Amino acid sequence: MAARAHEIAQERAEARLGGVNQPLLYAAAVVLTLLFITPFFWTVSISLKQIKELFQFPPLLLPETPQWGNYVQVWTRVPFGKWVVNTFIITGSAMAGTLLTASLVAYSFARYKYPGRDLFFIATLSTMMLPAEVTIIPQYLGFRQLDLLDTFWPLIIPAWLGGGAFYIFLLRQFFMTIPRDLDDAARIDGASGFQIFWNVMLPLAKPALATVAVISFIANWDEFLRPLIYLNTTEKFPLSVGLRFFNNRGNETDPLDHLLMAAAVMVTAPCLVLFFCTQRYFVRGVITSGIKG
Amino acid sequence: MSSRARREMLEGYLFLLPWAVGFVVLIAGPMLASLYLSLTSYDIARPPVFVGVDNFSRAFTLDPQFWPSLAKTFYYALVVVPVGLTVSMLLATLLNQRLAGTNVFRTLYFLPHLTPIVATALVWKVIFNPEVGLINTALYYATGVKGPGWLSSVEWAIPALIIMNLWRAAGGNTMMIFLAGLQGIPAELYEAAAIDGANAWHRFRYVTVPMLSPTVFFNLVLGVIGALQVFASALVASRGGPAYATWFYALHIYNEAFVNFKMGYAAALAWVFFVIVLAITYFQVRLSGRWVYYAGEGP
Repeated sequence: MAARAHEIAQERAEARLGGVNQPLLYAAAVVLTLLFITPFFWTVSISLKQIKELFQFPPLLLPETPQWGNYVQVWTRVPFGKWVVNTFIITGSAMAGTLLTASLVAYSFARYKYPGRDLFFIATLSTMMLPAEVTIIPQYLGFRQLDLLDTFWPLIIPAWLGGGAFYIFLLRQFFMTIPRDLDDAARIDGASGFQIFWNVMLPLAKPALATVAVISFIANWDEFLRPLIYLNTTEKFPLSVGLRFFNNRGNETDPLDHLLMAAAVMVTAPCLVLFFCTQRYFVRGVITSGIKG
Repeated sequence: MSSRARREMLEGYLFLLPWAVGFVVLIAGPMLASLYLSLTSYDIARPPVFVGVDNFSRAFTLDPQFWPSLAKTFYYALVVVPVGLTVSMLLATLLNQRLAGTNVFRTLYFLPHLTPIVATALVWKVIFNPEVGLINTALYYATGVKGPGWLSSVEWAIPALIIMNLWRAAGGNTMMIFLAGLQGIPAELYEAAAIDGANAWHRFRYVTVPMLSPTVFFNLVLGVIGALQVFASALVASRGGPAYATWFYALHIYNEAFVNFKMGYAAALAWVFFVIVLAITYFQVRLSGRWVYYAGEGP
């Protein structure tokens, strides 16, 4: 029985690549892994080097004695702690806004009937293809008019206004899969539309909400153009903009590559940790975007 | 209309409100505003002055960086999109072979995609260091060739950005979407083809390709739009240089708007860009009828 099952699996696998042998595929998979992973290794290695090891040729694969102090220096030479706090404030507030408003809007698209709904939904989807360049200048001028430049508000407010087409789409697709009987039952019990949303839909949509939370966290963590144009004060930067300090250093002349790499490791780590903890949700979200493209 | 239907309608609109406000304030309003601004000269300090189509004619005839930045952007996109799609599809095909440990490989290929773009750009600047960087060191030991200057070389700066962004994106969302597409192809189709005597190539050509074509189309459209907007990696890794070698179109807009504060001119550049993106997307949709196959699509 097991042998037969194995045979079928084998045949199917062969149906895919016509029987290219397994060792060759493994070799390919491993070589590709090395290509993708080596830059990470290189980054960590340099982050632990001494200055004199930075420009040595041939470069050392690993530093002689790892300089863990480099990681401490990142926090003392630039306002790294401030940037971490700023990033968490911006990312957290934007994520909360996206979760709340995107799910509300998605609920409206998924469960209500009203004139213009399908048109609005198509309009939402088409904004996914709109290049930011077309809207960013008036948005900037608007926030300037409101005297909100050099504050976090321009980075947070948009997330509270629907949160973005992709998230609305993802949540709407999920809500569509929830049986309507559940709403109807709640409605018969006298629940209002908002109560149904809050007490029935949201608890059932936890996996989809987790997906939105993870993807929006990473997107906001990564956001570069908006903080770059809206924020001027160094102390208000998020990590993405602050990180450039190791690049655009003014009068400092000693090389900073090792500190830059240490900072890059610390900026990247939260995204990787989050991904490892929530891979399931993350992958599902990505795949939803591709279905029915 | 019954009072219940009416109530439902009002509630629907109410819940839609955040989106409606966002759409007006962040999308539709700004689009109209930038269209108006594109016909003005506006430096923020003084009110906008209407100048007709001057901004556009200046872009097309006088601006020394307009055509070059467009050309560089297209050069970048024309390489990065087809190569990226091909690599992503090959990776997805490999992951679809059900090798033991596939999940681990998939995770490892995906990791670069999670690296923040600024961190990626700064790290790769070090990796591309002509003297002691990873790439040229590896090249030297593998082939004895002394590698190019990469980001500090006019010819090699764009290829360097292409390599960097391929590293970051090839195993990312695009690969995941391809993988989901491949896994959605029913095994019966392959079995039926095999019974009919189709060899591996035939099965790929007549089963995989048509069944995967909607996924390719989706990734292609989004890939082109994304590639034409290349910005952060170039601004951080090469700052548009050397000698404007990586001065992509989005960089040009950014520079005019937020460095030179020529908002009217930058809005005109942005609208030109929007029309280009719209035209390309439109043609892709039009042409898709010839090669994209939707299984189970009704008349």
